[in-house]
Amino acid sequence: MDIQVVREMCTGCGECEQACPFGQIAVVDQKAKILDSCVSCGACRDVCQPGAIDLSPFLDNENPSPDAYRDIFVFAELREGELRECSLELLGEGRRLADKLHQELAAVVFGDDPSGLCRPLISHGADRVYMVDDANLGFYRTETYTALLTAIVTRYRPSILLLSATTTGRDLAPRLAARLGTGLTADCTSLEIEEETGVLLQNLPAWGGKMMAEIKTPDHRPQMATVRPHVMRKQEPDPDREGEVIEIPVQINPRGIPVKRLKVVKEEQPTTSIEQAEIVVAGGRGLQGPEQFAIIEELADVLGAAVGASRAAVDEGWTSHLCQVGQTGKTVRPKIYVACGISGAIQHCIGMEGSGTIVAINKDREAPIMRIADYALVGDLFQIVPALIQAVRTKRRRN
Amino acid sequence: MRIIVCVKQVPDIEESNVVGLDSETGVIIREDVPAILNPLDTFAVEEAVALKEKHGGEVIVVTMGPHQAEDALITCLSMGADQAFLLSDQAFAGADTIATAYALSCAIRKVGDFDLVFCGQQSLDGETGQVGPMLAENLHVPQITYVKKIDIVDKQIVAHRELEDMYELVQCHMPLLMTVVKGINVPRVPTYSELGEAMEKDIPVWGPEDLEAEESRLGLSGSPTRVTRVWTPESTSAGTVFEGDPTDIADQTAEILIELLED
Repeated sequence: MDIQVVREMCTGCGECEQACPFGQIAVVDQKAKILDSCVSCGACRDVCQPGAIDLSPFLDNENPSPDAYRDIFVFAELREGELRECSLELLGEGRRLADKLHQELAAVVFGDDPSGLCRPLISHGADRVYMVDDANLGFYRTETYTALLTAIVTRYRPSILLLSATTTGRDLAPRLAARLGTGLTADCTSLEIEEETGVLLQNLPAWGGKMMAEIKTPDHRPQMATVRPHVMRKQEPDPDREGEVIEIPVQINPRGIPVKRLKVVKEEQPTTSIEQAEIVVAGGRGLQGPEQFAIIEELADVLGAAVGASRAAVDEGWTSHLCQVGQTGKTVRPKIYVACGISGAIQHCIGMEGSGTIVAINKDREAPIMRIADYALVGDLFQIVPALIQAVRTKRRRN
Repeated sequence: MRIIVCVKQVPDIEESNVVGLDSETGVIIREDVPAILNPLDTFAVEEAVALKEKHGGEVIVVTMGPHQAEDALITCLSMGADQAFLLSDQAFAGADTIATAYALSCAIRKVGDFDLVFCGQQSLDGETGQVGPMLAENLHVPQITYVKKIDIVDKQIVAHRELEDMYELVQCHMPLLMTVVKGINVPRVPTYSELGEAMEKDIPVWGPEDLEAEESRLGLSGSPTRVTRVWTPESTSAGTVFEGDPTDIADQTAEILIELLED
């Protein structure tokens, strides 16, 4: 990274001085001046109206060689001050990859007093935690988080940087990758280390899930990927695991954040969160309409299951998008997944193939869902589902 | 207001299973597949045109792709965009999201000052959603992603962001870049005469020299990532099949489900 002040364009307004989290830019003789410990995070550039800050990523020939980078960093996401489940999953996967590489795993966490989270990050697999604590880090902000992560990557040079493919991760990772001038893959569903080279193999669904692709970032570092939530497995926490916490001091001025948050409105969640449910009953196009979709809800009810849906059923407006399972919806891995009238396009299967037992009800025995089902029920779902509801009720009563 | 929309022409995946891969370059071959304007981009175009109609100004559409990508631009023009530019040259081929965002940012610099840049949430084929934020970074403007609703209040943008389980209301000055989600509006369907007029419009084609771009940052050579392998996910072997009388099927299944649940 290379940062400079274009003196002719600088008006000496001082916005950059306010925005720098590290106090490394100052207006001297009416011109901004970059100080010695600048980490090129770019926060000044984001607020410079005249465009007097020139920040360019290293180009290929100037980039330090990949060997200058080591260890795996995982960005830990918070939601209302708590660690998100997907971040723990990411640590589990990061741990596995780090062991394979014989390198260390670090977690990066930003928040308003996140010190209590360092312990769980370590017990879930991190060897080190880089923590930034500031009252203005209580919720995700593109500009601040990008600048801080840039500073951490520039200073500590991780070889691999993983983020969750959440709305936060998918807002942050591309901005960061462009600032760093490195490669990024989106929504990976599996990761591996190439034996000979130690390069990260990033596997993800391509072409709307019709294909899988393996992507590498051979020469640029860090190798960045966002990883789909609920696909990786978290480690059992080990309370005796030891790790180091490194606090990075900053001073963040909310004035230096261009996008202001005015308010937040919580959306009502379906009664049983589909991602936590032990059993999911899902309906698709085969249900033909919103009234018929009610039999899915009834079956879910007798089984104590969460309701899921294919994209087709959601697009038709038969149920809430919060129920959608698949490529563009949620990924679930319940103990039992019952698919009713879902053909099983790969886009859908990606979101549920990790389920313990798959039961599929479909009139077409050749439908793709029938091939991945443990139990393939061939027939008319409008006959089978009501009979199933009845049968479960009767057997439950008898037991 | 000057609004720029970046769009992509994509293979109509729903209509086709045909996929190929150039074994030497690892680049996806997309011939013989019908090509359409990326469905999520139609929301970006509609939003831009609607803002223009309300507040005045012009809408400029930019895409990068093969010559046929002109068709996607014609669709945008027929929806009410004023001008369109096509980035097309062998030098752009094989670009990943970093190289694409670089080329688009060079094109936008050439187009000149702007108030807003719009992108769709993600493309139908790549589904990365990365080009928008990367482009915002290259243009040195703030970004607001996953936008579901836009208002302009005192020359500031007030936007609803649709996140996993909440909406966030944010405010930002212009210029900035926004990526919009499906459902932010209902994209208009152009009439035949609008389409006819759009086809009459001149669409300049730009190459690397027009953009004053560094060639090393374009196309495959400017792409940090490489696709090294593509495969079709294999379907696992079939499990137990139940056929015949629905009541019998239901009984057997209920037995299995209850047993599994009691485990």
